[in-house]
Amino acid sequence: MEGCVLTVGLMAALDTRTDRRPSFAGLLWGSTVGKKTAMAVSGIVMLLYLVVHMLGNLKIFFGAGTFDGYAAWLRTIGEPFLHHEWFLWIARVVLVAAVVTHAVAAYQLSRRDIAARPVKYARPSPGRHPRWRRFAPPLSRRRRASYATRTMRWGGIILGLFIVWHILDLTTLTVNPHAAPGHPYANVVATFSTWYGDVIYIVAMLALGLHVRHGFWSAAQTLGAGSAARDRALKTTAHALALLLTAGFISVPVAVMTGLVS
Amino acid sequence: MTASTASTAYTDYPTGDPVVDTKAPKGPIAERWDTRRFEAKLVNPANRRKHTVIVVGTGLAGGAAGATLAEQGYRVVQFCYQDSPRRAHSIAAQGGINAAKNYRNDGDSVHRLFYDTVKGGDFRARESNVHRLAQVSVEIIDQCVAQGVPFAREYGGLLDTRSFGGVQVSRTFYARGQTGQQLLLGAYQALSRQIAAGAVEMHQRTEMLDLIVVDGRARGIVARDLLTGRIDTHFADAVVLASGGYGNVFYLSTNAMNSNATAVWRAHRRGAYFANPCFTQIHPTCIPRTGDHQSKLTLMSESLRNDGRIWVPKAKGDRRSPKDIPEDERDYYLERIYPSFGNLVPRDIASRAAKNVCDEGRGVGPGGQEQRGGAEGSSVEGGGGRREGVYLDFADAIARMGRSAVEAKYGNLFDMYARITDEDPYEVPMRIYPAVHYTMGGLWVDYDLQTTVPGLFAIGEANFSDHGANRLGASALMQGLADGYFVLPSTINDYLARHPHKDEVDGGHPAAVAAVRETEERLARLLAVDGDRTPDSFHREIGELMWEYCGMARTDAGLRKALARIPEIREEFWRRIKVPGTGEEFNQSLEKANRIVDYLELAELMCLDALHRAESCGGHFREESQTPDGEAARRDEAFSYAAAWEFAATGAAPTLHKEDLVFEYVHPTQRSYA
Amino acid sequence: MKLTLRVWRQKNADADGTMSTYEVDGIAKDMSFLEMLDTLNESLILSGEDPVAFDHDCREGICGACSLVINGEAHGPERTTTCQLHMRAFSDGDTIDIEPWRASAFPVVKDLVVDRGAFDRIIQSGGYITAPTGAAPEAHATAVPKPAADTAFEHAECIGCGACVAACPNGSAMLFTSAKVNHLGVLPQGAPERESRVLDMVERMDAEGFGGCTLTGECATACPKGIPLFSITRMNREFVRAARKRG
Repeated sequence: MEGCVLTVGLMAALDTRTDRRPSFAGLLWGSTVGKKTAMAVSGIVMLLYLVVHMLGNLKIFFGAGTFDGYAAWLRTIGEPFLHHEWFLWIARVVLVAAVVTHAVAAYQLSRRDIAARPVKYARPSPGRHPRWRRFAPPLSRRRRASYATRTMRWGGIILGLFIVWHILDLTTLTVNPHAAPGHPYANVVATFSTWYGDVIYIVAMLALGLHVRHGFWSAAQTLGAGSAARDRALKTTAHALALLLTAGFISVPVAVMTGLVS
Repeated sequence: MTASTASTAYTDYPTGDPVVDTKAPKGPIAERWDTRRFEAKLVNPANRRKHTVIVVGTGLAGGAAGATLAEQGYRVVQFCYQDSPRRAHSIAAQGGINAAKNYRNDGDSVHRLFYDTVKGGDFRARESNVHRLAQVSVEIIDQCVAQGVPFAREYGGLLDTRSFGGVQVSRTFYARGQTGQQLLLGAYQALSRQIAAGAVEMHQRTEMLDLIVVDGRARGIVARDLLTGRIDTHFADAVVLASGGYGNVFYLSTNAMNSNATAVWRAHRRGAYFANPCFTQIHPTCIPRTGDHQSKLTLMSESLRNDGRIWVPKAKGDRRSPKDIPEDERDYYLERIYPSFGNLVPRDIASRAAKNVCDEGRGVGPGGQEQRGGAEGSSVEGGGGRREGVYLDFADAIARMGRSAVEAKYGNLFDMYARITDEDPYEVPMRIYPAVHYTMGGLWVDYDLQTTVPGLFAIGEANFSDHGANRLGASALMQGLADGYFVLPSTINDYLARHPHKDEVDGGHPAAVAAVRETEERLARLLAVDGDRTPDSFHREIGELMWEYCGMARTDAGLRKALARIPEIREEFWRRIKVPGTGEEFNQSLEKANRIVDYLELAELMCLDALHRAESCGGHFREESQTPDGEAARRDEAFSYAAAWEFAATGAAPTLHKEDLVFEYVHPTQRSYA
Repeated sequence: MKLTLRVWRQKNADADGTMSTYEVDGIAKDMSFLEMLDTLNESLILSGEDPVAFDHDCREGICGACSLVINGEAHGPERTTTCQLHMRAFSDGDTIDIEPWRASAFPVVKDLVVDRGAFDRIIQSGGYITAPTGAAPEAHATAVPKPAADTAFEHAECIGCGACVAACPNGSAMLFTSAKVNHLGVLPQGAPERESRVLDMVERMDAEGFGGCTLTGECATACPKGIPLFSITRMNREFVRAARKRG
């Protein structure tokens, strides 16, 4: 009898399992968790790029010659294995792929999130840590969504628009007031000599700081790297990265405005 | 349906033929379960899917049975009133689950667990059933571990156990203070797997309101979809009731708010005998009530009595703060009356002692009957300033072990107490008072767990079988899972194999039509009265009455008073009940009122059973039957039987059928704790 | 205490709802929040009005039935279930807003009652260990290291109340799903189904219309049982691992 019970039981068990599976990429893109993974990976690619970009920008403090020379060198990376500017184009393709992946995933997830919670509460959550009871059991520290967390979507939109302007301004030079190809130093100074150039840039970099602050920590969680033991280190790194990037990038327009760079 | 048209007085009950368990095999007790399983007919696996089994309830017993029957290949149709099968009240059990694993090498064995359970039940349980329970207990732990139940473990990775409820061996497995939750989730997950596989058809938020009996066999139920109010019939080859106990008759109990007796009571009305309804367990360490608004009581693990000292002031009506009462004006009454066991006396003794000191006017705390009674909607005389609560003091334990040791041992219980009372138990003594906790009585079942209606089975707390007059700590979870995982799935085969139903029954069958019509009429009548009292007010009234006269201590006079009063309340109920809304919608007031209809009948049977059993045993204490030093006196010569009652009509005397209890292996002895 | 309650009233799933205002008087500090609502309902019944429907059962914080958003917070201002919240958390004269869980995947059934069947379906999709009754090996055949047993227990404490979903601005069920994935995933008994479990449960979770996780942490803040936010981190890791193995 036991044998029969077991057989039938196992048959029932098999019924509940589907063995047809899509590919790894399909599994990822097909689920909210996987899409977040794609966002995390593309975000980290962009973050690494930004660190390099920010450090390169600082060369502006060594004068026009150094800065323009650095810009010219970027086009020669990989030669003679790669042709002139090939490396740059490869980097651009990777970056565009990262931006598109990040943006499309964010768009799709956001639409889903908004649909999943269409009704707001009559009284919004007070945004403070709920009271501890007297003699409350020792539970893990409570966490409330920070400003950075709540502004991720708007921050992302601001950064997206900024990237478009930034490329038109300093890559294609379409909207640059100076627009001298091969003279990035002069173009940068020209942009930051206008009030709107400074405002757009600084606002975007503040948004970047907030975005990175939650984004880095969040990416670590999404990729499964977080834990209670590692949380402090991750948070510190996120804060440091956000601060360094924002400060590094903003130092350039500030230097132009104050006449340190001209 | 409800009018008291009884020709004879309710207390003049006739005694019918004895009721006999014909299923337990003869022979050595240790071999009976094997013998029964071998003798039972089997259903061919290929034919099982042609058989449908209805299971009512998704607690430990129901969830385990539904999952297991579906695994065996039967088609299962299952019901629960909650919004999810995961919420059944088994989830609230704290302490643990017993099993005769003997992992501690401390002399435990199947036979010792059997012995302890029979003795703990005060010799009012059937030996064959209890022995099987002890045998099966071992498999339960294996099963639960395989399901991923996170039992407490030691550093070596093996299971931890503790001793519980004054037992001398360490056989209780636990998962912190949430053993019931973890075991229930294990059963729920197994059930979920079968729901996903299509083997179990789950109806949540659906309540069984009647049993359909066709040609003397249980063939289906009438159930109401609580969301839409739709009343439907469901048919099967057998019906299993796993609907829990009836402690909510008392209004205030540790049961869940919606736990109810309707399924078992409706089955009783359709012919299933109800056994030992007066056997209720009162748990001594509950948090006292704070006022008339109290809706339920919360239990704290009785392990607190290991280190806490119980006392009340020596003087009556002493209202000083406990800190201001000097040592020599305190009465550590358990230590005084029972010097050898002290604060660790069994549950019923501790409970009764607390009641006695409170009756003397020495109770403490704000709660109790001070303002209760005597008013409109109360059947109990004024409480006369009685306060209900005694101190459970940890001051000595903190001084002896240090606060951190007490915190490590009882921290979560102290937190729970603090949350509910807003008092810091590290500073101020806890206050406790007994509360209704578990009902040992239930539908009478034979060794196969079949009731007196063929095809109707009762498992878990819904049946009467294993605990006699008193249940040991950590045995409820064991019995629920034993019945659900192992016993019923084996015994039901025999019934299904012997009764292949060829004729399909459907909603057009006269029995089904009649059951549906009666249900609809009852609900319509509840809605039509449009009186001036809420369902809760009646529930509170019957609960108070039962607590007063059929609670911790019962007397002939008190029970007769209650028996006189209950028909009056019933009459008033049908005159003054007010249920708003309609029956065709989600209507929680209607659900409640309909359950109270059944409490008003069950309460009467409980009182009659308590009245007829003129002895004290286990959870049933009759003041007339005491030893000279005030202890419970069991009277084996007259009452060594289980009382199975056969329903006659509402308010009419039921017929008593006795099942004589034979003790071949554990010989009855009188308890002594003095 | 005298209180003003603003309660969400909705006749049934299809009807429109609205916030209705009620005054209650004579509320004692020792009452639980649900006993306060009982008091309101008693008076509503006597005045011939429909009482407020709300889910509740054990009233000791373990069944997970009670589910009220009180002043914008799932289970109210203290970290506990609604049934264990007492009126001493409020002051005389307060206005209290009481609403149902809000999420597309938890449609309102009536007043403050929602349908949480989606949670059951997530469990059905893989939140179990396949161990048919009778097929279990001896309990001590496999030792489970204490840290794994403790981690399993920490996640197994989930009561399925849905406060995580109600508190999440995205209506995400990640904390609920991850609690079960981790409970079973860390145990040796759960290992054979480790990959299929997380993939199936996430798939079901998405299909039920829950939102995605943006790691706001609101879920873990609202959780009355203290399931940690890292439970989600851990499930993310499990998911990618499983996708790699199966993809």
